[in-house]
Parts: sequence; C-alpha cells; structure tokens
Amino acid sequence: MTVRALFAEDMLLGRLVTGIGRSPKAVVAAVVCVILLFAAIAGPYLTPQDPYDLAVLDILDAKLPPGSESMGGLVYWLGTDGQGRDMFSAMIYGLRTSLGVGVFSGIVALIVGTVLGLTAAYFGGRIDTLIMRVVDLMLGFPTILVALMLLALLGQGLWKVIFALILVQWATFARAVRSAALVEKNKDYVEAAVTLGISTPRILIGHILPNCLPPLIVIGMLQVANAISAEATLSFLGIGLPITEPSLGLLIANGYQLLMSGEYWISVYPGVLLLVLVFSINIVGDRLREVLNPRLGER
Amino acid sequence: MTPVLEVRNLSTHFMTRRGVLKAVDDVSFTVGQREIVGLVGESGSGKSITGFSILGLVDPPGRVVNGQILFNGDDLLKMSPTAMRTIRGKRIAMIFQDPMMTLNPVLSVGTQMIETVQAHDRVSRAEARARSRDALGLVGIPSPEERLDSYPHQFSGGMRQRVAIAIALLHRPDLIIADEPTTALDVTIQSQILFEIKRLAAEFGMALIWISHDLGVVAALADRIMVMYAGRIVEAGQVDGVLSEPRHPYTSGLLSAVPAAVPRGEPLRPIPGFAPSPLSRPSGCAFRDRCARATDICATEPMLEIAAGREFRCFHPHLWSAA
Amino acid sequence: MTVFVIRRFLQSIAVLAVTAVIVFIGIYAIGDPAEMLISPDASQAERAQVVASLGLDKPLWEQFFTFAWNALHGDLGRSFVFNRPSIALIFERLPATLELTLTGLVFALILGIPLGLLSGLKPNSATDEVIMTGSIFGFSLPSFWQGMMLIMIFSVWLGWLPSTGRGQVGEFLGIHSSLFTLDGLKHLILPAINLSLFKLSLVIRLTRTGVRETMPLDFVKFARAKGLSEKRIVFVHVFKNILIPLITVIGLELGSMLAFAVVTETIFAWPGIGKLLIDSIMRLDRPVVVAYLLVIVSLFIFINFVVDVLYSLVDPRVRLGGAQ
Repeated sequence: MTVRALFAEDMLLGRLVTGIGRSPKAVVAAVVCVILLFAAIAGPYLTPQDPYDLAVLDILDAKLPPGSESMGGLVYWLGTDGQGRDMFSAMIYGLRTSLGVGVFSGIVALIVGTVLGLTAAYFGGRIDTLIMRVVDLMLGFPTILVALMLLALLGQGLWKVIFALILVQWATFARAVRSAALVEKNKDYVEAAVTLGISTPRILIGHILPNCLPPLIVIGMLQVANAISAEATLSFLGIGLPITEPSLGLLIANGYQLLMSGEYWISVYPGVLLLVLVFSINIVGDRLREVLNPRLGER
Repeated sequence: MTPVLEVRNLSTHFMTRRGVLKAVDDVSFTVGQREIVGLVGESGSGKSITGFSILGLVDPPGRVVNGQILFNGDDLLKMSPTAMRTIRGKRIAMIFQDPMMTLNPVLSVGTQMIETVQAHDRVSRAEARARSRDALGLVGIPSPEERLDSYPHQFSGGMRQRVAIAIALLHRPDLIIADEPTTALDVTIQSQILFEIKRLAAEFGMALIWISHDLGVVAALADRIMVMYAGRIVEAGQVDGVLSEPRHPYTSGLLSAVPAAVPRGEPLRPIPGFAPSPLSRPSGCAFRDRCARATDICATEPMLEIAAGREFRCFHPHLWSAA
Repeated sequence: MTVFVIRRFLQSIAVLAVTAVIVFIGIYAIGDPAEMLISPDASQAERAQVVASLGLDKPLWEQFFTFAWNALHGDLGRSFVFNRPSIALIFERLPATLELTLTGLVFALILGIPLGLLSGLKPNSATDEVIMTGSIFGFSLPSFWQGMMLIMIFSVWLGWLPSTGRGQVGEFLGIHSSLFTLDGLKHLILPAINLSLFKLSLVIRLTRTGVRETMPLDFVKFARAKGLSEKRIVFVHVFKNILIPLITVIGLELGSMLAFAVVTETIFAWPGIGKLLIDSIMRLDRPVVVAYLLVIVSLFIFINFVVDVLYSLVDPRVRLGGAQ
C-alpha cells in the first residue's frame, strides 16, 4: 500500500467527519445509526428474553398491550405478539437479521461491483462493452422486479434473498466505479506510474481505487438502506426470509392481520424501528453525497 | 443634452466563501444619446458584470453594493422589481456573448420573439408575430415568416446571433448593451454582424455599450472607449485619442500586444505577468506588479485625472504632448 | 425520426429476446421444468402427456424453440388452480393494475412537481430543507408498512375510506374502471396514495435538480433581459427544459411502479396482476408466475419504447434532427 493512498483515505475520513458534523440533522442520524448497529451486535445481551426460546414463552401472555406485566413479573414495554413474545426482544432480534442481511449483501455487491467496474474501466474495449451491457440490462429493470422474478423461481430462503439482493445491487456500484476510475485513469500521475513500470494491480489498488472511494461510500450507504427495505418488502410478501429467520419485515407481516382488530403495536413498533433505521442511513448517505459531490458544492 | 445613461460610483461585489470579490469597484461613466461606447478589458476585469449590473441581472452571491445608475435621469437601483422589468427588454436591451446558449433550445424562435413583444405591449398574437417577422427581416434573415417556426438548433451561430439582435431591436430601445456579441463567431461573420449593428444603431438612434476584449473591433465601431482593469476603469476617452496616444501604461501595453496595431518587423510585446486574483488585489494601482513604470507611490490609490477629454488613473502616464 | 423509431423498436425486441432466454434458463435449465409446469396432483399419464407436448424429452435448444413458439402464440401454460390459460388470467386483471399505477403516477406528479419547483427555486432555504428532508423520509418509508398505516388511520380509526378491494366498477366509452363510480374512487384513493408516495420523492428530487441546473443557464438570463415575468420564465422556459429528463425517468419509473404494485395490491387486496402473482407463488401455480414475468417484462420494454418516442417529441433537437 502506498503512502499516498493512505493519505488520500485519511483526507477522505476527515472530510466525511467534518461534513457530517456541520449538519445537526446528519449528526443525529449518525448517532442513531451507531446506536442501532450496537443494539444489533449486542442483541442477545440487551433483550429481557430470548424471543425464539419456546420454553420462556407463555401463550397466556399473547397480545398484551404495551406496558403490561407478565406472569413472571417481566414488563412488556412494547407489548407482546400473538405467541406471547416480548415485542422489544423480537424487534432487537429482527434488527439483527435485517441489518445483517442488508450490510452483508451491500458489502458483497460493493466488492463484486468494484472489481467488475475497475476491470471495465482499466481494460476498456470488448471487456468494457460486455460488462457495461450487462450493467445496463440490470439497471434497466426495477430492483424489486428482478428480486421478485428470482425468488419466484428459486423459492424463499436466507441465502437466496442475499443472492437476489447482491444481484440487483452490484450493477450500481460497477457503473459508479467505472466512471470514477475512467476520470482518474486519464490523469497524468497514472500515466506517470505506468511509465515507471508499476504493476497493473498496484496502480489499480494503490492509485485508482482510493479515488473511487467517495462515490462508493455514498452509494454503499444508500444501497444498504435500499437492501434493508427490499428485504423487508420481500419478507412481507412471503417470498423473502423464511419464518425461521424473523426480520423486521416478517414481524410487521405477522402483525398485519391483527392490525384490523386493534392490536396495532405488533406491526407498528417494528415498522417504526425499520423506518428509523432506513431513514437514518439515508440521511447520513444524503449528507455524504452533498459533502463529496464536487458539482453541487458544499451546502 | 442629457445622457442616456449615467453610472456613478458603481460597485458590484461577490460575497464568496473565500472572501469578498470586488468585480466592479467604484466605476463611473456616461453614455450620451446615440453614442457608441466600447468597454474593453481582459476576461475577469469586470466589464461583463458592469453590463449585468446596469440591467439588475447580477446573480447571487453577487450584489450591487454602492452607486447610482441613472437611466434618462431615473435611478435604476432604486426601482422596484416590477418597474425594472418594464425597462429590461423595452428601454434597455442586451445581447449576449454565446448565441448557442442565449436562445432556449426547446422553444421556437417565433415563441421567443412573440413573448418579448407581449411582455411589454398589449397587442394581439398576430400583431406580435408580424412585428417579430419584420425584426427578423431587418437583421437580414432570409424568409423570416418561415423561420419564425424554426428552433434555435436549426440556425447557424451567426444566424442565431442575428435572432438575438432582432429580439433586442423589437422595442427600439434607447440603449443596447452588447456583451462580446461577436467573440464566439467566425471572423467573416463577425464583421458582418458588426456592420449590421452599427447601421441599425444609427438608423434607430440607439446608444450602444459594446463590451469586448478586442481593441480592433472597438476601434472600428465605437465613438468612445473605456479601458477596464481589475474592476476599475483605468482610462477613458475618444477612440482616436486613446488608441493613438494612450496615457495609461495598461492601455499602451494592450496596444503593443495587438498584432495588427504593431508595425511590421517590430516585435509584439505581451504584457508580462497575469491579472491579479480578484480576491487578493494589491492596494493602490492594481496594475503596478506588471508595470514597467511603477514606483513606490503606486502602492497608494491613483486619483482620476481628467484632462482634455481624457480620463485616466495613473501616477506615471505617458506624456504625448511633451514628446 | 422514423429511423430512430425503427432502431429503437429493434432494440426492444432484442431485450425481450434476452429476457425470454433468461426466464427459459430459469425454468428449464436451473429448475426441473416437469416439476415446475406440471401440477403435483397430475396422474402419471397426464404427466407423460405434458412432458411430450412441452418436448421435455427433446434437447435443450429444441425445448427453447417450443417454449418461444408457444409464447409467441400467447400460450404460456395453464393455471393449475384455475385450470385456464394463464395468459387469460393475467389479461383479466391487468386493467385493475394499470388503473392503480396510472392514478398513482398522476398523484406523484401533481404533488411532486410543484414541491420540486418550490425547493429548486429557493435552494438552501428553510422550505427547501423541509421538502428535501421530507423526500428522504418518503423514500425511507417501507411501502408496505406505509400502506398498513394508511389503512389503520383512514379505515380503522377514522373509518373514512374502505381498505380492501376495487369497489364498484363503472363503464365509460367501453372502458371499465373504478374511476367512474364514487365507490370505486373511494376504494382507489388509499392504494393510489400508497403507490405514489413511493415515487413522490423521486419526482421532487428530479424537478429540483432540473431547476437548479437550468436556472443558471444563459437563456434564462437572456429571458430576464427581455423583461419576461418570473412566472413565464419558470413555467415556460425552465419547465419545458426540465420536462425532458422528467419524462424519461417517469417512464422508467412507471415500470417500477407496475412491479411495486405487487406490494400495494397485496396490502389492499386490489384484484390486479400483482396480487395474482403473490397468490400464485403461494399456491405454487407456476405457469401463472411465468406468464406474469413475461407479460410484465414485455410491458416494461413497451413502456421504455414509448418513453423514447415521447422524449423525441418533446425535444425538438431529437424530433427534427440536424443538431450539431
């Protein structure tokens, strides 16, 4: 790794932090993101019960409104669901799944997209044409339609959902990386590096990649938010995650029928959590876009 | 006879994040009736901003911070936006530099002319169209009736500039501000347009402010010339006098950098250095860093000297009568 | 212009062919077509008969031609559940989906364009800040949850609007639609809002960006120098220029709305193709799923084609050609 690349990253980090710091809205959103991330990681240590341990559930506790006390003296601050499960605990576990699926598929899509985007930009010619044709085809169809098609044919399952989410996301990264890399490739210092005989992978990773980071960070944030939303939607429709991997989307779906009979908390609270999660990520992502986009300038 | 336009102590500043940019700094001049005035300077000297300031078209973060702009005796800077709108396009018209950009690409030429007529006069669409057609004919566009239905991209650059001129002429304004209207055109078309504008200005008795960086163009056209440098007018006077006997070293520097003005065999002498950054202008005379005649006194502000119909700001002017 | 339309048309056909191949591979190469396309309840004899008629015993390329040939004739298999041609089921429900999608799109435009203009004309003002934060909120709201909240508030709590079904369908000029009866309209409001909120943010952002990019252009300044009113500058000069990117993106988004109607229709029990798809997936009625995919993709490609033609009508540079 060259010193130059580290330096560039350092500069970038500094810009990101000060950029967020100047907008109170973004600071709040960033803090919420960090708290939710922490809650997802530390999940089992935070929840009063393991919501999927059938031994601790009592059907007599089912559909208790928020604030009720259980037989065992445990207070259900957010109520219980149809199986007598503590909603707060179920939501933290759901958050783990939702965030896990979103972040994991986002990162894999980012890696796949970056590799293909760099390849297209650096080698150009037929390779470029081929990759970009596929990218255009992918981006020509709405995300949800491709995911629907895929899951309709493959059936539901955790890895199938992750696969579908990667498939619909990589093209966005590939296109962004390619255009950023093309700009960089034609700059003098890259030509100088080529003349000096520095190897292709070193030029790509040490020189071009760091300059593709700003758009990647922004798109990465927005794509993770999208992925979380898309997974929730697919799970709600019953073609996403199976019942054994309850994400926020599934929790909401479970409460859907009970909504009409007035037990609103079973789907409202998980929905609020999902909204807060996606909204915060989007706010931070939008702010980063403003900070890093030289065309719009800083607001 | 009262002048059409009298600008007094005009200052237009841009409030940027990196500081105040004094694009136009304490500029005063007058334009008499039927007079053609050339406003000359390098890019960034503030000549275009002067033009936009007169029409009240300076975009934020720019703002006219001081001065008076008297048009037929009324101060334009004190006018309400509505009153100002009745002046723009009606009494003062403007022609822009790049004819490729000044016409709206998705509206027909006819639409863009008719709306200009109807913005100021309550006339029927048919009459507005007739007036538009006549204006197109006036500027030498063949078969104007059909051309009204064409779109800008169907015209060449020179033809588009003629359309822009026709739009400026629609209301026979008292004053036209032309901001480098021939710079973006081919040389042959440049001289046609130049000739056309001079003829029309004389025919309709319009005054003209011609903004340009090209001394040759201004020499061929203008009655009077004003030379701008770093936001200030450094020399002004009748064209013949200024060009043959420049007083300010910047004017003489400009002249010896023009190929056509230098006798054969003599070398061109470009002005050394670059124009100062508008954000960090030196105190005193802004030209002193590039000036061969500069001395310590140039660090203080030179006063405006007025002598024999000539104005200039310099401590060490060229002395022609003594030579 | 004609050349452009023809070229664009051929491109559409090519994309459709590629999609058909992908769907074919999805069914025939990855999965077991016999299991996918033959009802689990079928007898051994029926099974053998279908295998023969689909040519499943033939080589893969020959199977593809059988599949393509049948598809071109509108034969996309029979529904296990309804025992009717799946394509007929789709076309029966398509009008309800189109009605919902178009109404949603109109809602998004009617609200989104003015908000975008407001925001773009006063960038970085408090109004702009509120509208832009609201638009982020809009696209962060999970569509299905948002629909549930609409039902909870307007149907359960306030009791103003019905929450399920299409209501009474009226007829006007031979077109059957909920738009023509009061009951139908009442049923349409909530689903249409649900679907439009999803695209509202996009319309706002697009309009705002368009305004911000167009306002500093020379022709806007020239229009001011001509003494035009600000109203005319914004609504004629600027707006007509924004319309071009707006039409392009809206066209593309219409396709995405058709796809997203799946969610809305599921929540509001709207009898369109989206609900049919989800029901069919649940009942393992695969011929209907395959038919849905091919129909929606064709529809999608058709919309893109229409958008490109429309686009060229709005932009004289494309329409008349001859731009440098």
